[in-house]
Amino acid sequence: MHSGAVYNAEENNLVTFKNDNTLAGKTLFEKIWDKHVVTKVDGGPGVLYIDRHFVHEVTSPQAFAGLRNRGIKVRRPEKTVATADHNIPTLGQDQPIRDELSRFQVNKLAENCREFGVSLFGLNHPWNGIVHVIGPELGITRPGMTIVCGDSHTSTHGAFGSIAFGIGTSEVEMVLATQTLLQNKPKTMRINIEGDLGKGVMSKDIVLYIISQIGTGGATGYFVEFAGSAIRSLSMEARMTICNMSIEMGARGGMIAPDETTFEYVKGREFAPKGTEWDKAVEEWRQLPSDPDAEFDKELTFDAADIEPMITYGTNPGMGIGISKRIPKMEEIEKSTQATFKKSMQYMDFQPGDSMIGKKVDYVFLGSCTNGRIEDLRAFASFVKGKKKAENVTVWIVPGSHQVEAQAEKEGIRQILEEAGFEMRQPGCSACLAMNDDKIPEGNYAVSTSNRNFEGRQGPGARTMLASPITAAAAAITGKITDPRDFL
Amino acid sequence: MPIDKFVKLQSTCVPLPIENVDTDQIIPARFLKATTREGFGDNLFADWRYDKSGKPREDFVLNDPKYSGKVLVAGQNFGSGSSREHAAWALAGYGFKAVVSSFFADIFKNNSLNNGLLPVQVSKEFLETLFNAIEKDPATKVEIDLENQKITILPDGPSESFDINPYKKKCLLNGFDDIDYLLNISDHIEAWEKEHA
Repeated sequence: MHSGAVYNAEENNLVTFKNDNTLAGKTLFEKIWDKHVVTKVDGGPGVLYIDRHFVHEVTSPQAFAGLRNRGIKVRRPEKTVATADHNIPTLGQDQPIRDELSRFQVNKLAENCREFGVSLFGLNHPWNGIVHVIGPELGITRPGMTIVCGDSHTSTHGAFGSIAFGIGTSEVEMVLATQTLLQNKPKTMRINIEGDLGKGVMSKDIVLYIISQIGTGGATGYFVEFAGSAIRSLSMEARMTICNMSIEMGARGGMIAPDETTFEYVKGREFAPKGTEWDKAVEEWRQLPSDPDAEFDKELTFDAADIEPMITYGTNPGMGIGISKRIPKMEEIEKSTQATFKKSMQYMDFQPGDSMIGKKVDYVFLGSCTNGRIEDLRAFASFVKGKKKAENVTVWIVPGSHQVEAQAEKEGIRQILEEAGFEMRQPGCSACLAMNDDKIPEGNYAVSTSNRNFEGRQGPGARTMLASPITAAAAAITGKITDPRDFL
Repeated sequence: MPIDKFVKLQSTCVPLPIENVDTDQIIPARFLKATTREGFGDNLFADWRYDKSGKPREDFVLNDPKYSGKVLVAGQNFGSGSSREHAAWALAGYGFKAVVSSFFADIFKNNSLNNGLLPVQVSKEFLETLFNAIEKDPATKVEIDLENQKITILPDGPSESFDINPYKKKCLLNGFDDIDYLLNISDHIEAWEKEHA
C-alpha cells in the first residue's frame, strides 16, 4: 500500500501481540511514564508531571493570555524555555522583522516571557534556533524526562530516551499553569530495524521508509520505541531525525533507548549535569532501557537491507518510495483511497506509474528540525564539495540554530558550500512551513529535507518531495531527481 | 473558565470525503500569526475554499449552497500533522460543533475536545452510509447524543454508538475546564514535586 492509508500490519505477518503475562518487565516508555504520574482521574486520564516545557512564538500567545485572564502565574518558570523560530526571517535577522504580524508575534513572546519569568533565547541570542535543535544541543533535553512543546515535532527529543510529544495551545496553558498535563496513556509499539544500512541510506530514509510501509495513521494511538541493530548504530543526530518524524506515522511520540552514544552526546553540554551529579544521572539513565521481557502492544520488524534512498511523490509523508521505484498505479491503490490518491497526483502533476528519477527540481531546501543539524550540513557539504550547483535550482540552506551555523563556519562548511555556488542563511524553521518569506512559489517543485509534503505546506501551490540531505544535494547539483548513489 | 456545554445536536452535514486531511489544510500556516483565538473560521480550509484572488472556489463543499450545518463529515485520519490548535479554533469558529470520521489523529482529537468541538469516531461502514445518505439528500440530518454516546442518521437510522473518554464526556456535558480541575488538585502536584525534588 502506498497512499498513506491505515496499514493493516496483521496482513503482512509483521506483528506480534502482547500476551497476558502481567509479571512482564517494563518498557522504556512505561518506566518514564509511571514515574511521572502524579495522580489519576477516576475513569479518565492520568495527571502527568512535565519536566521540560519548550515554548515558541506561534502556539503560545493564547496560552499566556489564558493565564492572564485567570490571574495566575507560570507554576515552574525554571522548567520552561522559550525560543523564536517558526515565524522569523532567515536573512537580515539584525534588522527589525519586516512583516508586521510576525514582528508583533515575536515581540509578544518576549513580552510574555518577561512578564511570566520564562527564559527566552530570542532572535539574535547565541542560543537561538529551532526549538527541537537547541533543546538537545544545550543539554536541556536529557534521558528519562517528560518533555512537551506546542509543536508536533517535539517527538525529536525522544531520541534521548525521553517521553516527548507535541501538544495544543490549551495544553500549553495547562502546563504553564500546573506543570502537569492530563493525558491518556497511549499503547506501546516497538519498531525494529535490523541489519546493515545500504550505501547512501540515511536515517531520513529509514523513517520515510517506515511511514511508507505503515501509513500516516499507522501508529496513531501508540508511543513508538525504535530499536534494532540499525538504530543502535546511528549517531544522536540521526536518531533525532527518526524520532522527529514519528508524528508523521500518527504516533503520539517516538523514542530510542539511551546508551553510550546518548551519554557521550549529552556530556559537557551547557545545561547537562556536571561532576558527581553527572555520574548519578548516568547511573539512573542506564536503568531506563526496556527490560528484555518487556512486552509491547504491537511490534514490527523491518530489514535495513530493504531500505534505499527514499523520495515522496504525493501529498502526505506516507506517499514515499525508494528512489529507483515507480509511483504506484491507480489499480495498486485501495479503492476507498483512490479519490484521495488522484487528488494528490493532480496537485503534484505526476502520473501514476511514473518514475521519479529525472523529474525536474526548482528548489532545494536543506534545514528544519528534521535535518537542520550539523551532521546534515556536513553530509550535504561533503556531497557537493568540488561540484557546482545546477543553474536552474534555487537552494536554501538553513542551519537549525546559531550554534549549528557557528560550527559550520568553524569546520569550513560555509566555504565549501559557497565554492559550490550555495549560500547559507540564518537559522529558523524557514521553508519547512513557510510562515516567513521562504515560500516555494506556486507550481514549483522542491526537494526538501523537512518533514511534511502536504499541499501548500511550503507555500500556496508548492510541490514538495521529501528526501534525505544527500538526495537533496544530488538534486541541487543535477537540477533533477537523482539517485545519490550514482555519485558515491 | 468554563467551555461551552455540548448539548444534544441535530443538524445537517457538510461532507468532505477526503482522507488524511491534515491541519495545514484546515488552517494554513500563514494564518497562524494571530495572537488571539478569534477569527480563524474565516480562513478555514482557505486554500481549498478560495482561489488566489480570494474568490470562493465553486467546487469546494463549503461554497456549495446545497450543504450546510454544524457537523463536518470527513474521510479517515482527519486532523493529521501539525499540532496547531488553530485547526480546532477554525472549525469551531466557522460554526462546526462536531466532526464525524472513521479515524482521527491524536493531537487534533485532544485539541477539539478542549474547545467543545466533538470528534465522533464511527466505523468505516457507518461513515460510508452517512456519505451516501448526504449525497442522496443534502438535507439529511444526524443526531449526535453525547449523553448516550450515539449518532443517528435521521429520521430512522441507522445509528451507531461512539467512544469518548468518560472524563472528557463529563467535561463537555458540564462545560468543565481541565485547568480548573488541575488547579484544584495542586496539593497532589506539590506532593509529587517534593517527593521527586
